[in-house]
Order: sequence, then C-alpha cells, then structure tokens
Amino acid sequence: MYDFLIAPFVEFGFMQRALAGSLMLALGACPVGVFLMLRRMSLTGDAMAHAILPGAAAGFLLYGLQIVPMTIGGLIAGVIVALGAGAVSRFTVQREDASMAAFYLISLALGVLIVSLRGSSVDLMHVLFGTVLALNDDALTLIALISGLTLLTLAIFWRALVAECLDPLFLRSVSRLGTPVHFIFLGLVVLNLVGGFQALGTLLSVGLMMLPAAAARFWTARVEPMCALAFSFGAISCVAGLLVSYHASLPSGPAIILSAGAIYLASILFGTRGVFNTRLRRHRHRTA
Amino acid sequence: MTDACLTFKDLTLGYNSHPAVHHLTGSIRSGSLTAVVGANGSGKSTLMKGIVGVLKPMAGICTVTSGKRVAYLPQQSELDRSFPARVVDLVSLGLWPRRGLLGRHSREDRESVSKALMAVGLEGFEKRAIDTLSGGQLQRALFARVLVQDADLILLDEPFNAVDAKTVGDLIKLIQRWHGENRTVMVVAHDLELVRTHFPHTLLLARRPVAWGETREVLRPENLLRARRFDEAWHDDAPWCEPDDGHAHAHSHAHGHDEHHHHDHGEVHDHPDHESGPRAA
Repeated sequence: MYDFLIAPFVEFGFMQRALAGSLMLALGACPVGVFLMLRRMSLTGDAMAHAILPGAAAGFLLYGLQIVPMTIGGLIAGVIVALGAGAVSRFTVQREDASMAAFYLISLALGVLIVSLRGSSVDLMHVLFGTVLALNDDALTLIALISGLTLLTLAIFWRALVAECLDPLFLRSVSRLGTPVHFIFLGLVVLNLVGGFQALGTLLSVGLMMLPAAAARFWTARVEPMCALAFSFGAISCVAGLLVSYHASLPSGPAIILSAGAIYLASILFGTRGVFNTRLRRHRHRTA
Repeated sequence: MTDACLTFKDLTLGYNSHPAVHHLTGSIRSGSLTAVVGANGSGKSTLMKGIVGVLKPMAGICTVTSGKRVAYLPQQSELDRSFPARVVDLVSLGLWPRRGLLGRHSREDRESVSKALMAVGLEGFEKRAIDTLSGGQLQRALFARVLVQDADLILLDEPFNAVDAKTVGDLIKLIQRWHGENRTVMVVAHDLELVRTHFPHTLLLARRPVAWGETREVLRPENLLRARRFDEAWHDDAPWCEPDDGHAHAHSHAHGHDEHHHHDHGEVHDHPDHESGPRAA
C-alpha cells in the first residue's frame, strides 16, 4: 500500500513537483470552474483554452520551450479574446456564445499556423498537452502566484460574483460593478488556463477546471461547499492521475483529467443529487 | 418642488431611436404613492428602467434627488432560479446598498432579513432553495428583498402578475406600509379597480403622458379612451421628432396637472420634414 500510494512521491523529486504544481492549480482553477458552470459558461473555458494557443505558440516560436515567454504570450492572447468576445456581447446584439466562438476560432487557427512555422508536430503536441512531470522552479512559482491571486480575487469579489450570477439586473440597479466583475472573472479564467498549460497543456488544463466543478454540482446545493468540494475532487484527481501515470507509464496530463472524469461519472450516478437518489428513491413522499 | 423625490425634464426614453416614453415632464413628490397605468407597450416598464438608470435617456433628463436610495423590482427579472442559492441568500442581496461589496453582514443585518421574511409571510423558508419556490412565493421573497433594501424610492414593475388574491392583498399591505413610512412608491399596475382603491395618484401613459394627478381624475373614461387610442407600433418611416422649440421646458410644473406636455405628437406624421431627435411614432 505504502509502495503504491506514498513511495512515488517520497522517492522522486519530479513527482513531488508534479503533485505540488497540480494541487496548487486545482486550488485556483476548481472554484473558478464552479462559477463558470453556474454562469452557464462551461464551454467558454474550453474556448478560452483554445484561444491562448497562438500566444503560447508565439512565445514558443521565439524563445523555445520556456515558461515565461509562453505564459506571457498566452496571457496576452487570452485577454484579447476574452475582452473582444466580452465587449462584443455586452455592447452589441450578439450573445457571448457566438462572439466567443468567433474569436477563439480565429485565435486557434492563428495558433496552429504559428506552431507549424516552427516545424514538427511533436512541438504542437507539447503545447497542446503539456508535461506535468517536467515542471521547473519557474513554473511552480508561476502556478503558486496564479492560485494565490485567484483565491484573493475570488475572496474580494465573492459577493459581486454571486450577485452577478444570481440576479444581474438587480446588481446593475444597485451597483456599477456588474460589467467590471464579468471582465475580472474572465481574467481569472485566462490566468488559470495559462497557469495550467505548462502542466496539462492548453487543451487539457480546462479539464481540471470544469470536471471537478461539474461533479460537485451533484452533491450540494450551495456555492461555498460546492467550491470546496470541487477543490477536493480536483486534488483527488491529481493524486490519482499521477499515481496511475507513474505505475502504468501513462502520460500524466490525460491520467489526471481522466481521474476527474471518473469522479464526474460516479457523481452523476451516486451524488446526493445524482441519478440514483433523485430518480430511484421517488416511490415515497411526505404529507407536506 | 422642494420635496420632489424624482424629476423628469422633457424625458424621452426608447430603443433604436424609437421613443417608448416621449417628452415626459413633471415630478414625483416625496412620500407619494403613484400607480403607473397604460396599455401594453405604452412605456411603463421603460420609464422604470429609465429611473433606475439601467436605460439611458435619448433626450431630456431624469433626476432622482440626491441621497435618495432606489429599490427596483423589475417585471422580467433576470433572476437565475437554477442558481444554488437559498431564500435567505436572495433576500440578503438587499443588504448591498448598505454593506456593498466587502462590508460584513452584522447581526442586525441578519435580523432585518428575517424580519423582512416574516413580513412577507415566508418565515421558515430561509433555508429553502430558490428553485423550489412557487411563483407567488418568489414574488414575496423579492418583496422581502425590497424591504431589506430600505429604500426611499421604491419602483415596482407589475408586482401583481401571476399572484393569487391573498398574496396581492398582502403585497398591497406592504406597499401601504411603505407609503405610511413616507417612502415614495411607484407601481406599474393593470388592475384599474385596484388602482382606484389603493393609489392616491396615477400617471396614465400612452408613450406620452396622457394624464397625471389624482387617481379619480386621471382614470376618467375620456382619458382612458385617449390612452387606448394610441398607436402601439413603431414605424421605421416615422418622421424625426422636431428638436423642441423650448416650450417643453417651459412647463416643468409639479405633478397634479392633466396633460403635461401636449404638443400633439399624433399629428406629426403629416409633416415629414423634421430632421433630428427621436422619432415621433
């Protein structure tokens, strides 16, 4: 048991780094995912994940596989797409789903173009899927900063975020924070995706954001526990994914996300608000 | 006009250069209780949005006297009922004007929330998820939120829609309580009997104000007939409303007058040579 669960993390530095990095990622990304889901923007995270590709690719093209330029590039691309799509939806007739799709597709095509300038598909695979087992100090510091900043921002803007989700028109009638909060939130999404792409790749980093959040929805009917539960699920997925990856020699990123996927599927079935509890136990009812 | 809570000066509100409220001038006295009536599309909800500031005026101004807190209960709430919140969370949103983004909710705040829930007959509902409430219960909860907001100017847009008779009675009692507390209340309503019984003042809208003042004067058959005869549709070829020659500003009197701003917009159709400003129809 010890050999299976604990030993890999004790014996190998790269496993410790991978665990620390992925846990910190989950700490920031999972609560953000909960709000994405509650705002019915689950696919927005996916779109944003594609959108940061050209920035990361441009950094990669210019400086090689280095965390800082790739991160800055991804951040710039993500912010441009988030602001562009957000502005189009707030100030024109078009809804955010359409404007987001338009902007991320443009961005994605640009990204693939830039990566192909460099050459091999191995490079593209690297940017798309990341390597959590090769996190260096720079990457760990960056992830720590991002999750700290995310938690701080969420704590400060919590009430406005909840109000903006629950009753946006009410928030507009008592405060001017509605629009700024929306953009701050999109900023957090971009930040966490960029933080995740070194470890999990641009495409899979959104998995650690959305899957634990979606799973947590089946267990609780309040926001605060939902965020805590999402982080727990995220953390469990990280540990499980890294262990599976270590013992079965599988790529670590997909292993983490698939673990989260397994928790999601189990939650659909067995969650307190899942299929079994809501469908199959309906044969009894109370008098009032 | 020293005790005006709300002042309109030649206010025109609308969408895509078509006016929905056209050249409204006048004021709402502090502590008054006013019903806003009119046919569908006559600009009632638009006026409410203009007062709250959710909709910017196309022309003219709408001023809420400074220091007055506004509470607004929209007709079509953008409330997301699937959001995982409890009744007490929804009602606590009403603390925002007092506590803002970061202020702690004190024990008194929590007490004011439970008092409000009691006042609307929802005691014991604190922990209920909002997606389990019936339409009438949700409306009561939203009234509780207005109570918590403790506002000086309260705007209710069709609060009696799809609400049973008992609930209407309870809500009316709350409105009368606000009136008794010298708050200014404006309510969009359709039931003229209800308006006649409970509302001292009425503003009758048909895009432009048809009549405004004492309810029994305003709701006379000839006014109602005129209000009903207005053309609800927008016309893309409607002539531009003439930039005003100033006489609209001349009669910015306090409310109580019939027919505030009467420059016969119905007939502007015949003169398609106007060039700027909001459209006339």
